[in-house]
Amino acid sequence: MNRRKVIALAGAGVVGAGAAAAGAAALTRDHEPATAGTSGAVDFYGERQAGIVTPAQDRLHFVAFDVVTKDRDRLVEMLREWTAAAARMAAGRDAGLIGAVGGIPEAPPDDTGEALGLPPSGLTLTVGFGPSLFRDADGVDRFGLAAQRPAALADLPRFPGDALDPKISGGDLCVQACANDPQVAVHAIRNLARIGFGTVSVRWSQLGFGRTSSTSTSQATPRNLFGFKDGTANLKAEEESLLREHLWVRPGDGPSWMEGGAYAVTRKIRMLVETWDRTSLAEQEAIVGRAKGSGAPLGGKDEFEEIDFTTKGADGQPAIPEVAHVRLAHPDQNGGVRLLRRGYNFVDGSDGLGRLDAGLFFISYQRDPHKQFVPVQTALARNDVMNEYIRHVSSGLFACPPGVREQGDFWGRTLFDL
Amino acid sequence: MFGRCRLRREVAAGGPIAVNATDSVCEVARTDVDAGTVIFRVTNKGVKVTEFYVYAQGDRVMGEVENIAPGLSRELHVELPAGSYETACKPGMVGKGIRGALKVNGSAVPLTADAALAAATESYQRYVRSQTAALLEKTREFVTAVKAGDVARSKELFPVARTYWERIEPVAEIFGDLDPKIDGREEVIEEGMEFTGFHRIEKDLWTTGDISKDGPLADRLMADIDEVVARANAEKLSPLQLANGAKELLDEVASGKITGEEDRYSHTDLWDFAANLEGSKAAIAALRPALEQRAPDLVKQLDTEFANVETTLGRHRAGDGWKLHNQLDQDELKELSDSINALAEPISKVAAVIAK
Repeated sequence: MNRRKVIALAGAGVVGAGAAAAGAAALTRDHEPATAGTSGAVDFYGERQAGIVTPAQDRLHFVAFDVVTKDRDRLVEMLREWTAAAARMAAGRDAGLIGAVGGIPEAPPDDTGEALGLPPSGLTLTVGFGPSLFRDADGVDRFGLAAQRPAALADLPRFPGDALDPKISGGDLCVQACANDPQVAVHAIRNLARIGFGTVSVRWSQLGFGRTSSTSTSQATPRNLFGFKDGTANLKAEEESLLREHLWVRPGDGPSWMEGGAYAVTRKIRMLVETWDRTSLAEQEAIVGRAKGSGAPLGGKDEFEEIDFTTKGADGQPAIPEVAHVRLAHPDQNGGVRLLRRGYNFVDGSDGLGRLDAGLFFISYQRDPHKQFVPVQTALARNDVMNEYIRHVSSGLFACPPGVREQGDFWGRTLFDL
Repeated sequence: MFGRCRLRREVAAGGPIAVNATDSVCEVARTDVDAGTVIFRVTNKGVKVTEFYVYAQGDRVMGEVENIAPGLSRELHVELPAGSYETACKPGMVGKGIRGALKVNGSAVPLTADAALAAATESYQRYVRSQTAALLEKTREFVTAVKAGDVARSKELFPVARTYWERIEPVAEIFGDLDPKIDGREEVIEEGMEFTGFHRIEKDLWTTGDISKDGPLADRLMADIDEVVARANAEKLSPLQLANGAKELLDEVASGKITGEEDRYSHTDLWDFAANLEGSKAAIAALRPALEQRAPDLVKQLDTEFANVETTLGRHRAGDGWKLHNQLDQDELKELSDSINALAEPISKVAAVIAK
């Protein structure tokens, strides 16, 4: 089935608008001024985990692990080792105390070495715990954590159109590595995976490039692989009262170990870019609800203006169609809920049919996914005409605990050290 | 207007032109006629169901009768201006058919630009009506077989009935409320919505083989098809919708058929592929006079690429139908995918040419 018709029918109406827009001056490719400090270090220690409101770096390596040990102490010990290695790598140092080249010749180095000579590159490492860590598929309380599982970490529902591959979905633990140099992000994940052998096993991992959201007002809105500005209405680091309301878990929200943390939802969204690319500009804009060049809402002028969903076009129909992506996803249409989006583009080579295996690795952080991500995604899954061009192929949900306060503290201490 | 119509009717007063159609021949009694309304009387003396077409250049359908059962005769009334045409019988209802030349004498008046567009929508609407008529008949046969519990016959009819749906899918999809009921796939069904239609019955036919409880589903499919046909026949389409429809049909092929998503239980995706392609070609053929005026090079490119997809797809014929999707290897699927991409790119340019 196909929901495109709603807009295809309206197509006759929007073509006029597209033709008019084509007459406007061609956009120049303005470059974002290089931001200072893209090679510097981001503080690893703090009240919150880095990598959530940190201005989104350019590159991602995201990994989900299965815990393979049954020994809780071994798991905790690994988290301690991970934390120490993560703190060192975030500071631009080797993963281990000895380093890539400093040890005795007969021993393999305790750092893999590919980041030697590279600056910290804004590396952040953010950890999360999946629902299956608390209770596995058979309902077994694996590590005595079941009572600590927050209601907000209940499995996501199935959404209409989901084409999820279980092999690249879920996971007991996740680590999100973001950096401005892809080699630095990969280096970090590779070393953590190595430390984890025997305790955890890599379930799936995803590389991303070209951040698709800005998490700070200092950043310009980037473009996704459909060529549109994405995440204009994102929560931003500077909006502190909004972050308190929509992002950080508060006392009373659930088990206290999550206070100051946030929940991450990941969705790997394959984009059928070949069919999208041969769709007319007017239809692309009608599907998204924004102008492709400026990012302004249809019927509006400026990217960041308040969207007036009641504006009518020349044909008397809403300027932003009822099923446009921006309308369905907008807080006004979803009881005011907001997300902090932190997604990345991906191209995993090609799919064997002469097409790019490309899309968006969507990541959102929020205080309660069931009150924020779920209603928005439900509306999108039902009605978004964009569904013709996308497939959700993987899904993940993780509870990201509060930050590591200082040396000696470790990822998940509030959960395990009760 | 009435006077002209009556006058033209009289041109054909010599009586219908007999067409003797069998499984291997297509004998048209007269192949040199005068411009005006031409009447063919097609008699199917073969054992396969057949179809009869009159094509203008580029396989633009001037008129057609679908679904002529063995032993039956049907008449086709078609308005033909002077020019060169082709007749075709399609025993088994697939492929290019058995072709013959038809010459229509008289003075040809070139169409104005507006008239070419108006003629395009009229021509395509005729096509839609011929497809919906066959869709009704074949769905009725399918539904009857399902209700009779005849699994073998139902499986045989499933891809055939769907052919007529898939050829005009963008028109049927205008009616968003009916489309998911008729053609919804299991994964798009949400809470509070029932999984019904072709794919629900397909699942029962090919997974459990138990259709003993599918009577109500079959009745509902018929009722939904009745409704969508009535609405599709009444729908007034714009030339731009034809252009977009031609592209959307190829998008359907690219995103649903080549991947085997559409008919995941029966694997009859290539039937749908062929039908989408035919529907796309019919829409482009209807626009052909207008396109030739505006973008003759594009027409040539489309002819080449349509022929390429047809040749590529044609390698996967099996009897009167098509191989199953899971009988094709990855290289063959990639070749099909590449041929669709090569065709869909120029097709995506048609709308802008028409809007000009």
